[in-house]
Amino acid sequence: MSKEWPLWEVFIRSQHGLAHKHVGSLHAPDAEMAINHARDVYTRRNEGVSIWVARAGDIFASSPGDKEALFEPSNSKVYRHPTFFPMPDEVKNL
Amino acid sequence: MYAQLVETGLSKLKTAEELSDAERAFQERIDAGIRIEAKDWMPDAYRKTLIRQISQHAHSEIVGQLPEGNWVTRAPTLKRKAILLAKIQDEAGHGLYLYSAAETLGVSRDELLADLHSGKAKYSSIFNYPTLSWADMGAIGWLVDGSAIINQIPLCRCSYGPYSRAMIRVCKEESFHARQGYDIMMTLCRGTAEQKAMAQDALNRYWWPALMMFGPSDAASVNSAQSAQWRIKLFSNDELRQRMVDQTVPQIEYLGLELPDPAIKWNGERGHYDFGEINWDEFYQVLKGNGPCNRERLRTRVKAYDDGAWFRDALLAHADKQQENKKSA
Repeated sequence: MSKEWPLWEVFIRSQHGLAHKHVGSLHAPDAEMAINHARDVYTRRNEGVSIWVARAGDIFASSPGDKEALFEPSNSKVYRHPTFFPMPDEVKNL
Repeated sequence: MYAQLVETGLSKLKTAEELSDAERAFQERIDAGIRIEAKDWMPDAYRKTLIRQISQHAHSEIVGQLPEGNWVTRAPTLKRKAILLAKIQDEAGHGLYLYSAAETLGVSRDELLADLHSGKAKYSSIFNYPTLSWADMGAIGWLVDGSAIINQIPLCRCSYGPYSRAMIRVCKEESFHARQGYDIMMTLCRGTAEQKAMAQDALNRYWWPALMMFGPSDAASVNSAQSAQWRIKLFSNDELRQRMVDQTVPQIEYLGLELPDPAIKWNGERGHYDFGEINWDEFYQVLKGNGPCNRERLRTRVKAYDDGAWFRDALLAHADKQQENKKSA
């Protein structure tokens, strides 16, 4: 039997102005077929106006074990949120 | 649903003391409603059970195309034919979403397909019944997809992220299937006496197999406790089956058809319809491979796959050649 088609991750932009969003994955022999398959599998009901495909093997992801090291620093900087600074009621437009 | 009798490999639940630290942390995440993602640690039995459940579900979507494919060339109008084709294409899509979800657990697409084709992996018993008349297209959309929806909606909240996301996509598309089926039934029931009789016959034949889709009775369901604890099963088989009966009886009455089970009767005390006993012997026989169409379905599926091999190979050869040309250019 021949080798398995590589895995592609599929990203769809739903309408003009919005960012591409990951919708799922599929197997295809090359990028052109991956786009064709993505059209059939992920946009049967006008879900998109643009498709990106990327080989799954080319995507580098953070690992769940690094969660603390990566995201802890931002947890301690609550002053980055505007609600950290209570404003008096009579002060408007802030 | 599309997965029946999913083996967990565990005969009883472990107590809190019996769980390892990792297992306890895992269970606490599930209890807190936090989704498990592909790269997270998970117990081996959870992974294996999910692969079985999701692949069984995927295989059902793929094999489920076959009974309907039987009527594509004989649909009564061009409009019905286009609708049926769109529904069958959706089933293929649903199979693909689910295979992708299963693959995140570390099993390959080729392995999954090989297990289906060898008969090792199961698919839903419902697809081993024949589609004898056009009315069966109505009964299947209405009752089979109707049962599938009841089962799949809770799974949108299951503990495994990729599975729950696949279920959300599937559920969004599934109500088209149920409605087009009921629409076929309404048209037949408003037609000639002969057409209405066809609708009645399809209802009578598909009623019990549709109720069997929910799996064995709770008393006989040995794997449920573990699956429920892992939140890959959110309601019991009998609860969901009751929900199906309760919502369908008024729909049968609207069509003006006779109830397919003389034991169906409103029970005011329970607030549910009572109904007759399922023929469990038939259910287990069909699951074992002895239903009316098991051999034919698998044969047709394997033939379609084998007949398409040259095309898949050609696409791959073309892709390799393009790659070579790019390198030498």
